[in-house]
Amino acid sequence: MDFGSINPVLLLASLMVAATPILLAALGELVVERAGVLNLGVEGMMIIGAICGFAVAVNTGSPVLGFVAAAGGGALLSLLFALLTQFALANQVASGLALTLFGLGLSALLGQGYVGIKPPPVGKLDIPLLGDIPVLGPILFSHDLMVYFGLGLVLAIWAMLKYTRAGLVLRAVGENHDAAHALGYKVVRIRVLAILFGGACAGLGGAYISLIRVPQWTEGMTAGAGWIALALVVFASWKAGRVLLGAWIFGGVTVLQLNLQAAGIAIPVEYLSMSPYLITILVLVIMSADRSRAPASLGRIFHASQ
Amino acid sequence: MTGELLSVEGLTKAYPGVIANDDVSFAIREGEVHALLGENGAGKSTLVKMIYGLVTPDSGTMTLHGAPYAPAEPRAARAAGVAMVFQHFSLFDAMSVAENVALGMEHPPALRDLATRIRDVSETYGLPLDPFRTVGDLSAGERQRVEIIRCLLQDPKLLIMDEPTSVLTPQEVDILFETLRKLTAEGVAILYISHKLEEIRTLCDHATILRLGKTVGTCIPRETSARAMAEMMVGSAFAAPARVGRNLGTVAIEVANLSMPAPSQFGTALENISFAVQEGEVLGIGGVAGNGQDELLAALSGEARAGAEAIRLKGDGIGRLGPSERRARGLLTAPEERLGHAAAPDMSLIENTVLTAAARENLMQNGFLKWGAAEAFARKIITAFDVRTPGPGTAARALSGGNLQKFVIGREVLQRPEVLVVNQPTWGVDAAAAAAIRQALLDLAANGAAVICISQDLDELMEISDRFCALNEGRLSEIRPAEGLSVEEIGLMMGGVHGMEVAHV
Repeated sequence: MDFGSINPVLLLASLMVAATPILLAALGELVVERAGVLNLGVEGMMIIGAICGFAVAVNTGSPVLGFVAAAGGGALLSLLFALLTQFALANQVASGLALTLFGLGLSALLGQGYVGIKPPPVGKLDIPLLGDIPVLGPILFSHDLMVYFGLGLVLAIWAMLKYTRAGLVLRAVGENHDAAHALGYKVVRIRVLAILFGGACAGLGGAYISLIRVPQWTEGMTAGAGWIALALVVFASWKAGRVLLGAWIFGGVTVLQLNLQAAGIAIPVEYLSMSPYLITILVLVIMSADRSRAPASLGRIFHASQ
Repeated sequence: MTGELLSVEGLTKAYPGVIANDDVSFAIREGEVHALLGENGAGKSTLVKMIYGLVTPDSGTMTLHGAPYAPAEPRAARAAGVAMVFQHFSLFDAMSVAENVALGMEHPPALRDLATRIRDVSETYGLPLDPFRTVGDLSAGERQRVEIIRCLLQDPKLLIMDEPTSVLTPQEVDILFETLRKLTAEGVAILYISHKLEEIRTLCDHATILRLGKTVGTCIPRETSARAMAEMMVGSAFAAPARVGRNLGTVAIEVANLSMPAPSQFGTALENISFAVQEGEVLGIGGVAGNGQDELLAALSGEARAGAEAIRLKGDGIGRLGPSERRARGLLTAPEERLGHAAAPDMSLIENTVLTAAARENLMQNGFLKWGAAEAFARKIITAFDVRTPGPGTAARALSGGNLQKFVIGREVLQRPEVLVVNQPTWGVDAAAAAAIRQALLDLAANGAAVICISQDLDELMEISDRFCALNEGRLSEIRPAEGLSVEEIGLMMGGVHGMEVAHV
């Protein structure tokens, strides 16, 4: 055992990277669920985003275009979910599960020619001065753009839900769709837009894995990140700030247990591997013991009667 | 003040299988309270939904302030000065009062300014309300204030109110009427839907009566008796509940020193409740909502257990038995909340029949259900109580409130109970159907059953009760013969002055 080999600065820096994919996906799902829709297809939309982003980045040589394609691919797949649940009034749980299975299969098909290829590298932001601060510099100011995009998105979604009319209407639709309809709000339109936003975010999260975190394409490479994102939204009580905290805890414990494995600690690897899931859920369960609760219309099918 | 505000000409709206409105015409003048009367299912709701832009008419025209008016959506109606207070509140429980108000406005100001305006309006119209409280924590009366204030902030010319008083206590009704009178004095017209005819007589200037989707007449409520209005709604004379003799038998149910802690934070504890009801007797229990009515019903039905000897049915202590065992012994109950408590909303009427009648009507054999018998019993209820529904396979949720009420009461009455406990048996039910339900309760008593009727409708209790008492903060007042009780005496019983003389507060 050699704990000396674990560098806390590097650990904290890689925590931000490890947290970003589930953060992005969970933020998208947060908006979807606040609008009263339960989309269990996050895993499927993430993996589609991962392959779309990877393929476009490889073919064009531009990671930026790759991320745009990832957002588009995720949104396109979520459109299928929107059609099923908002227009055909299909069950949301079953449709979401189908979406995940469909996404996993489709991504394997699309990705056949891309195994073993390296994507174009994504540049890290080198901020002069700030990046040179000892300790804080490497932790906070020497990441790629998507990390900051994720943090910005937390702030934007929090402010949108709390302070804007659009956020108020979105919450109203998720809280009581019949009342929102009676007041003249377009429930279905608002929900479809939320679903598309959620799909785009999940796609970005997936592409972050295939383009930056891992960087390569392998089948099923999201490895359950979508499910963690889903759990995160629930245990974060549908609050953007807590999603960030949960993502950091999850990312942190993931990185820490990898480091511990490398340091040869005398705990079986299996226990270490399950620790991020256990600890994240434990912390969030304790935090969600307050009065906050799910959007009241979550998962209920809206049918405009008369 | 007498200009015509809104006139409706030949409005027609058909749904598959039913014409909800057929060539409906009427007019509302500025500053008047106009009542819309009709039985359950007469087309009142569809009509106001068309005026509010939620439903587009198939044909017909509307004129507002002399200009053509055809709102495509509620937003357009609100912009034109038409506001609506819904029967089932269109509120968002998890949000604050101010947020709820903002959602009903086109261009709400910033939340802080809005809060100030809410305070101003609520003080002007005597409707105190804190803009930052969460709506889910408010009482029914306070929630309605939120809806009304939401409408008032938009300076409406026409305010539509769909059964606004069905969830209010008498005191809250008085406050509401004060507010409405202030509004009409300012020239606002009010379109008022209610089943409570006496209320309409005190409040409304004109009334339009609908029957089966058609306008069948108008009247001036102040000069028309409630009975005459009810007969116009039904289209024929109907019999007022009448009692045929009264033969009191032995004590059927006896409650002795029943005390129970409050079931939840918002519940009421029952304290030392004692009464006995004889066979053939109707005991009326009045009181303002939230004073222990639900808890008393739960204790009698077996949903909440008491000490074995606290409740005795024909001499046997049944306090520890559950609802099914009590049903088997002949103690049946019909709770107040029809959707979700008395009936399972998404199950058919047949299935709902089985849920309470399986044991007493032999709808079950060796654990298997006899669907044929169940359907026959459901049909019997539908016929006997004139439940308007396409058939017994319809989901409970699809029935209008009044029709479902007839069904859940009928389901218990037809099971030949020995003791029947009902809570708010005619809540939201039109006059003719209410009379039918009351008659059924009286007939039951005449045939030797003991009936306990918990209600907030004092007229109802005076009409059918032999003896009357009131619940107040979980305690029961002295029980007195209903005949000859004055309104003042009843008020004192409800106010909790137990057998004392007039208290000057």
